[in-house]
Amino acid sequence: MSLPDKRGHFGPFGGRYVPETLMPALFELEEAYRRLRRDRAFKQELDSYLRSYVGRPTPLYPARKLSQALGGHLKIYLKREDLTHTGAHKINNTLGQVLLAKRMGKNRIIAETGAGQHGVATATAAALMGMECVVYMGAKDTVRQEMNVFRMELLGAKVVPVHSGTQTLKDAINEAIRDWVTNVETTHYVIGSVVGPHPYPMMVRDFQSVIGRETRRQILNLEGRLPDIILACVGGGSNAMGFFYPFVKDQMVKMIGVEAAGEGLDTDHHSATLTVGEPGVLHGMMTYLLQDHVGQIKGAHSVAPGLDYPGVGPEHAFLKETGRVDYVAVNDEEALSAFRLLSETEGIIPALESAHAVAYLAKIAKDVPSGSVVVVNLSGRGDKDVASVREYLRGKGRA
Amino acid sequence: MPRGAEAVEAAIRAANERGEAAFIPFIEGADPDPGLTEDLLWTLAEAGAEVIELGFPFSDPLADGPTIQEAAQRALRHRPTIPFFLEMISRMRRAGFEVPVVMMGYLNPFFRLGLRRFAKEARKAGLDGAIIPDLPLEEAGEWLREAKSRKLAAVMLAAPTTPPERLEKIAQASSGFLYYVSITGITGERDRLPDDLALKLDLARELSPVPVAVGFGISKPSQVKNLAPFADAIVVGSAIVKLISRLADDPKRMLREVGDFVRSLKEATVRS
Repeated sequence: MSLPDKRGHFGPFGGRYVPETLMPALFELEEAYRRLRRDRAFKQELDSYLRSYVGRPTPLYPARKLSQALGGHLKIYLKREDLTHTGAHKINNTLGQVLLAKRMGKNRIIAETGAGQHGVATATAAALMGMECVVYMGAKDTVRQEMNVFRMELLGAKVVPVHSGTQTLKDAINEAIRDWVTNVETTHYVIGSVVGPHPYPMMVRDFQSVIGRETRRQILNLEGRLPDIILACVGGGSNAMGFFYPFVKDQMVKMIGVEAAGEGLDTDHHSATLTVGEPGVLHGMMTYLLQDHVGQIKGAHSVAPGLDYPGVGPEHAFLKETGRVDYVAVNDEEALSAFRLLSETEGIIPALESAHAVAYLAKIAKDVPSGSVVVVNLSGRGDKDVASVREYLRGKGRA
Repeated sequence: MPRGAEAVEAAIRAANERGEAAFIPFIEGADPDPGLTEDLLWTLAEAGAEVIELGFPFSDPLADGPTIQEAAQRALRHRPTIPFFLEMISRMRRAGFEVPVVMMGYLNPFFRLGLRRFAKEARKAGLDGAIIPDLPLEEAGEWLREAKSRKLAAVMLAAPTTPPERLEKIAQASSGFLYYVSITGITGERDRLPDDLALKLDLARELSPVPVAVGFGISKPSQVKNLAPFADAIVVGSAIVKLISRLADDPKRMLREVGDFVRSLKEATVRS
């Protein structure tokens, strides 16, 4: 049976834990989505934008220099989501959702953003479709990611700083949900990851699955077989879900999701929700969460702003419980080393998020059998991170 | 004296029989500090509350406006737990506190404690039920079963966006009362309530086997007076929470003014 079930559950995870005010809107959205995903004209329109506007299909690049640096015994490929318009996989989802919203007759788009990547991708899609766009962003993040605020404004979006709670991504989601509760009749909420109430985790997965479908086709062309191992970073988990999903039934493909261990799993400064979190309910879904013993949500940390979230997509929680995907974590230092390694060996500056996946591969490479075919999803490019990496390295006296 | 769903419903019906809407004030537990919560509950009872909503603070209150968000932040500094409030209620019941109390809180802290354990211990302590705003009908199965087996009020919510056939199902699942959300939006004071609210309440009361309380946005005696003929009960939250926050440094005055304010709201529930 394909998941989620009719009520949006992946085993015990997922569901729709939202105020009643939103339930009819979720039913409406689900119905519209189920109808449109079989609609030929909608698919053609989305595909055409993905080709001519986003730049799909993205290349599957054989990273020979990286392979050499990691021992020379592996065939490592990078799925180049960093080459999409706006520089990360986020656009695959925002274009799909904004097109959907337009078909549903909604004229206003809202979104949350942490580092600003999803906000920029949403503002981009909204500008393209000529729709009003409001982006909620934690007040702390608006300071840390000032340039992305400006990018969104250039694209015609209004950015609203959120001062409540921890003033980061989770609070921006709370505020976006509050806006949606208030303006639900005119507004579509573009959630940026495979999180939130049903049907979002399913819908965002489907829009992002273009990554895995292309990868599958490309690797079969290049190698004549499926990969042995595929890796992706996991914050909310949209790039990983879209990358993994077309391989889930291929039991011979080992899948590894890499979370952010931040300053260490024994500290309070990490985002390793699946690795050390526990099940609970936040932002409309049952999933693994970083929480204290009475169920209050904890703040998350990672040097990669896009991984900085105390929850994770419910389908990942399910894939963890079934054992189909291994979830692991690498810390800030390891991610930064991989950030440099890929820059130096391949001339590709990866997003700090994606650097986590590269870092875990670097960590295990020597134990992977010779001749293995490994694909890493390079979910985004690192231009957005160069300033903060410079600051970090300066702080440590190494740049 | 019965407790649980029966007590909640009886308290509302008794007010209705006197020609009044029942009055349900909300306060956030442990705001401004846990020691004052018990005093505030006594004050609310003395001022004429028929039922009291006691908020359990949560880190991510996504159905609440700024007033209750800030109250939750203040309360969380004291690291409150559900068992703390249950012990408090238990103590108060032994001291003769009779007004029904329902806890209002987001699901995760209840889930973390365990819904079965919560229901069992709530019953034992004399807490009469709970309202969980992020637990809609489709996800509420376990909670509804546990509440029913302990005869607790499982208060469900309906909103202006809820179609009539769905409202009927929600009302049938609800016990104690049905909480009708007056506006499409979050908690907090509003100058204007929707023009068709009275009509919507008429329909909700027609479809609901349990009393219908209206809440969200109501802050003034004049609004209570206008709504009293159309609702079995009226909830006021943010306006009281705001008063508590403003007088946090002067507890004596806070209790006095909260009492006066709630009395004025209660007086406005008389259907003329």
